[in-house]
Amino acid sequence: MYHYDDFDAAFVAARVEQFRDQVARRLSGELTEEQFRPHRLMNGLYLQLHSYMLRIAVPYGVLNSRQMRKLAQIARKYDRGYGHFTTRQNIQFNWPALKDTPDILAELSGVEMHAIQTSGNCIRNVTADHFAGVAHDEIADPRPYAEILRQWSSLHPEFSFLPRKFKVAVNGATHDRAVVQAHDIGLQVVRNDKGEIGFRVYVGGGLGRTPMIGRMVRDFLPERDLLGYVEAILRVYNLEGRRDNKFKARIKILVHEKGLEPLREEVEAEFAARDPNALNLPEKELARFRAFFAPPELEAKKPVSDRVDRRKSKDSRFAAFCASNILPHKTPGYVAVTVSLKAIGAIPGDASADQMDAVADLAEDYSHDEVRVSHEQNLILPHIALDDLPAVYDRLASVNLSTPNAGAISDIIACPGLDYCALATARSIPVAQRIAERFGDGQRAKEIGPLKIKISGCINACGHHHVGHIGILGLERAGEETYQITLGGSADEKAAIGQITGPGFSSENVVEAIETIVETYTGLRLSEQETFIDAYRRVGMAPFKEALYERSAGSDI
Amino acid sequence: MPDVITANRLTDGVVVFQTIDECWTEDFNRAAVLPDPEATAVALKRAKQDEANNIVVEPYAIVVEERNGHLAPKALREAIRATGPTIRRDLGKQALGQAPRSGPKVATETDHVSL
Repeated sequence: MYHYDDFDAAFVAARVEQFRDQVARRLSGELTEEQFRPHRLMNGLYLQLHSYMLRIAVPYGVLNSRQMRKLAQIARKYDRGYGHFTTRQNIQFNWPALKDTPDILAELSGVEMHAIQTSGNCIRNVTADHFAGVAHDEIADPRPYAEILRQWSSLHPEFSFLPRKFKVAVNGATHDRAVVQAHDIGLQVVRNDKGEIGFRVYVGGGLGRTPMIGRMVRDFLPERDLLGYVEAILRVYNLEGRRDNKFKARIKILVHEKGLEPLREEVEAEFAARDPNALNLPEKELARFRAFFAPPELEAKKPVSDRVDRRKSKDSRFAAFCASNILPHKTPGYVAVTVSLKAIGAIPGDASADQMDAVADLAEDYSHDEVRVSHEQNLILPHIALDDLPAVYDRLASVNLSTPNAGAISDIIACPGLDYCALATARSIPVAQRIAERFGDGQRAKEIGPLKIKISGCINACGHHHVGHIGILGLERAGEETYQITLGGSADEKAAIGQITGPGFSSENVVEAIETIVETYTGLRLSEQETFIDAYRRVGMAPFKEALYERSAGSDI
Repeated sequence: MPDVITANRLTDGVVVFQTIDECWTEDFNRAAVLPDPEATAVALKRAKQDEANNIVVEPYAIVVEERNGHLAPKALREAIRATGPTIRRDLGKQALGQAPRSGPKVATETDHVSL
């Protein structure tokens, strides 16, 4: 992983002291809340329903054991003993005191972490595929590019006061695990006819109140032009983004209003007008960044493990875990393990300090000191030897982290919703818990197969409901929580925005509505191999709508 | 309907309510209940002074209503602020015995999501 050099360490330490001074001036009254707000937001500090909330960056979702243990320590010392991993691969603490936040940031700087640009109208934490460097379908590791973008965008003077927040994601494999088409800029690594590495560049994707799938502005951008081209896009956006209306200020609106071709022409003109030497990525510099992310030296082993097979034959839970939470590694004899933060009835994305410590220990003992955070709010141990799998599983089970449901119906993304968030209009977490409890992680869930449910507690869509196979949006009508359901969304390379089924459902009936949708799917699928999303694409909305609103009791809103 | 003035405390962000003696309490049950818009306007003006004096952040009035003989915030959002997360009974005011004595009953399938 990337390690701070002297410049980075001094830079982050200086920012901590700067924020310490800002907090002191706020507490003394020298700064008003209005004056202080942009400073705290640039350091990831929000004021939420119950308390302040600190969002800490986990660059492209990569952590080592020392960093994970520090997060656990902060959870115990300054918070309430847990943290919440988010859909942008970050972690949030829900209860920090303002007066403690400079000390928290100082502790983080000691393990090469910070909260810079996790909020505000700037370039946010760059996200990437959580199986980077591991997956068989990888074209190139996205992390070096994400790190280059992170360094370039940190406190970039031209792009620190954008019309609105700006999110970039990089995916390095053929299968999109980074939701690139739902980002302001999505970078998909590709190889051209000559075998050269480059990027397919998407612009103007985003969820929120106006969901849009990113449009392709370049089918092949040479690797060396990464920063030059991203800068050109940001320059056009910075000048023309709608600063007059917060709700129309994202680049997706500019793309929509201006049209893709005129925007592309402007971006290309801006790109052509650049100083061609200023932002080129020299091969030597790229190699330096790649070296930080060199794969660990793994000794290739037998691709099967007698130890695993013996355990599977006598332990059905372990067998289920192996069937759902394991991804084969590039190196034979190894796997990446998905550590589900979605135990049945648990809060999606929450991890206790003890669980964080346990994962840190496992990373150190078995996974070459690496942990990943996925945008699906799970953790990954990326380099586990097959023979070690039973031991890893047992230790995960001892802290309730062995739920065999990765990618299944109970592996639900849910934003904090009205239980924590000042913007929310309805609760998300209880709905996720009730759906998980209804379908479980056993035989029923297995029969249903892969199904991604995503829940947001307001139209800002932090829970990615628009791109859920089943999306649930919590709203408030006449003082009551109500839930709108969408079907057919997709967050991968076939990205799509889900379609609304019709009128919403009350809190009491929303789980029954999901049951109706699932029953309709299992009743019409061609075989058990036809997944929910494939079946939906084949039959469309009609049978689901009929089941929801005509055959059953229907909407109660 | 009557109002209560609420805000977040500057130093730690904790939800607080204005009391009858113009101080702030963490406990909703000890909040001053303002019977009419005139009383609310006067109380809010004082709260704004406390904001200017860096005691609280963003004070505002919330509507409260009587339920089962006790006052509780009318809106679910405010009920959750005055109580704590509905999915973690061990956190927030409910864990400290400071929650409203009567909150809105929220339909659930399990017991861990009701207020």
